[in-house]
Amino acid sequence: MSLFTAENLSVSFGGIRAVDGVSFDVDNGEVFTIIGPNGAGKTTIFNLVSRIYNPTGGRLMFDGADITAVAPHKIAALGIARTFQNIELFEHATLLQNLLLARHAHKRSGFFSELLFLPSVRRMEIEHRAAVEHVIDFLDLQQYRDSLIVNLPYGVRKVTELARALCTNPKLLLLDEPSSGLNVEETEDMAFWIQDIKTVLGITVLMVEHDMTLVSAVSDRVLALNYGKPLAIGTPRQVQNHPDVARAYLGG
Amino acid sequence: MRFLFKTSYEQDIRLFRDRTDAFWYGLLALLVLALPFAIDEYYVGETSWVFIYALCGLSLMVLVGYTGLVSLGHAAFLGIGAYAHAYFLQLGLPWVISMVLAVAITTAAGFVVGLPALRMTGIYLAIATLAFAVIIQEVFSRWESVTHGFAGMPVGKPIIFGISFDDDRSFYYLCLFFLLIALWLTRNLLRAPTGRAWIAIRDSEIAAQSMGVYLAIYKSFSFAYSAGLMGLAGALFAHKIAYLAPDIFTILLSIQFLLLVIVGGLGSLHGAVFGAIFVALLPPLIAILRDSIPDSLASFAAATGIPPIGSLGAAIGAFLAKPGVEAGIFGLILVLVILLEPLGIYGRWLKIKLFFSTFPMYKKATFKRQKSYMRSERLR
Repeated sequence: MSLFTAENLSVSFGGIRAVDGVSFDVDNGEVFTIIGPNGAGKTTIFNLVSRIYNPTGGRLMFDGADITAVAPHKIAALGIARTFQNIELFEHATLLQNLLLARHAHKRSGFFSELLFLPSVRRMEIEHRAAVEHVIDFLDLQQYRDSLIVNLPYGVRKVTELARALCTNPKLLLLDEPSSGLNVEETEDMAFWIQDIKTVLGITVLMVEHDMTLVSAVSDRVLALNYGKPLAIGTPRQVQNHPDVARAYLGG
Repeated sequence: MRFLFKTSYEQDIRLFRDRTDAFWYGLLALLVLALPFAIDEYYVGETSWVFIYALCGLSLMVLVGYTGLVSLGHAAFLGIGAYAHAYFLQLGLPWVISMVLAVAITTAAGFVVGLPALRMTGIYLAIATLAFAVIIQEVFSRWESVTHGFAGMPVGKPIIFGISFDDDRSFYYLCLFFLLIALWLTRNLLRAPTGRAWIAIRDSEIAAQSMGVYLAIYKSFSFAYSAGLMGLAGALFAHKIAYLAPDIFTILLSIQFLLLVIVGGLGSLHGAVFGAIFVALLPPLIAILRDSIPDSLASFAAATGIPPIGSLGAAIGAFLAKPGVEAGIFGLILVLVILLEPLGIYGRWLKIKLFFSTFPMYKKATFKRQKSYMRSERLR
């Protein structure tokens, strides 16, 4: 059964059709990767899914509901979490605060009870903290818990973003280039984590990635894009051997 | 060096980090409570200014330091709070009700001004709030049936439930009470989801939104809460200054508030208090220096028999008495703080604390930040 479906998705900025009639569906429990040369519209699709852009055509279905017109701040509560290509952490806050913020979609306390920090707020805070600690253990971030993000190295920040997305308890995780800027070892770790997220946590992953080693290691299916149009869809091997994909990357 | 051994999640959301912290804050509270009996009544009055300014600083700290929205118009909120309170008192309403109404009106005004903030950030928002402040100042001078315009509006001493706070000492405790309440409420918000949402908006709006923060609501909340604190400060300000006139609530006052939070240290409640101590006590300090330097140097010159020192003292005294020198010194200190200690007085305080707690192992590099050029492109 497919968890997420994009039907004939299109968006144009002025005269540029950044995404042009893209359709795909992501099955429950799979890792689905979108690849393509720079400017192919991969991140634009992510911004459409997380509702930062409005599509000019097409439909987005998630978990049996139409989310084409849902407000961007309601996406997290539905169960879609994302990371960003260029890290978007809250830099002058601690790692713990970053992860706790990801529990915002699950917040149930009102403004006035927070103003007085009523026992109910205290209880909720401890519940959130327990949920966050699970993710910290899962990704081995214990030693950085109280560090400010500005003081953390790039590789750790990348993992922190992944952790923050996991803290929202997502059903669908959008990873925008999880390996960009990471060295070989860190990329391998990332591959293991993505596999663990799929098998241990049972979260469906939709990913944009350039590193083909990582793509073939973790993906169940791959969609190749060029100039906003779909080229091929299938297993990593099928897509890599597709003549149109080779042409898009190598020319000719 | 003290290590904190954490055994429960509870420890991270406590009001005070541990017993040692609670002890020091308790000691500070005792000192502040005992202070009016130790110093001259004139200085008790000056110290109440510290509390009122600290409320203003708290207000701006929430908005600028935590939510990352700049306002150049907060003097207007102070004015709205002050005039509203003075007006309701004049109508004969009880003090507490008048106070609550004044805070409510200022909060509502803050909410309305916050609405354009949903679409504006940075310098554009600063200009919009500046325009608002100019309009409000004009309203103060023209709406004579309420504000009495330039004729001014006298404000009596506070009388709460029949108790008159008519001397400087009792007013000192009144201001201290409201400051402590405001600090407590703000601290509560900051350790709860709302405070985290504010910090998230400050550091990355797009990520905050993707994590479920409704930007419009939380920005308006921040503006409204900040304005409400300003309204509270305004009501106390009205009593303190005793006579309201439109030309008190100028752009210069707004800038002074901004200076307060920057000098104190953005992004910390301590910063608001440190900044308030600085802003409120600098003018009396300059006045003391102006009066005492010529005399003490003259007597020093007489004792040592070097006349030039005496004339130097007179020159310094004359210089400090010139109009505009105070503003100049403010400006100079602001420039020096931004150049030498961007984290403000609170940042310096942290360094001094660390120096002693890690002595003799203090490393300067602890506070060095790696330059980061990884700021992503914004989506708007």
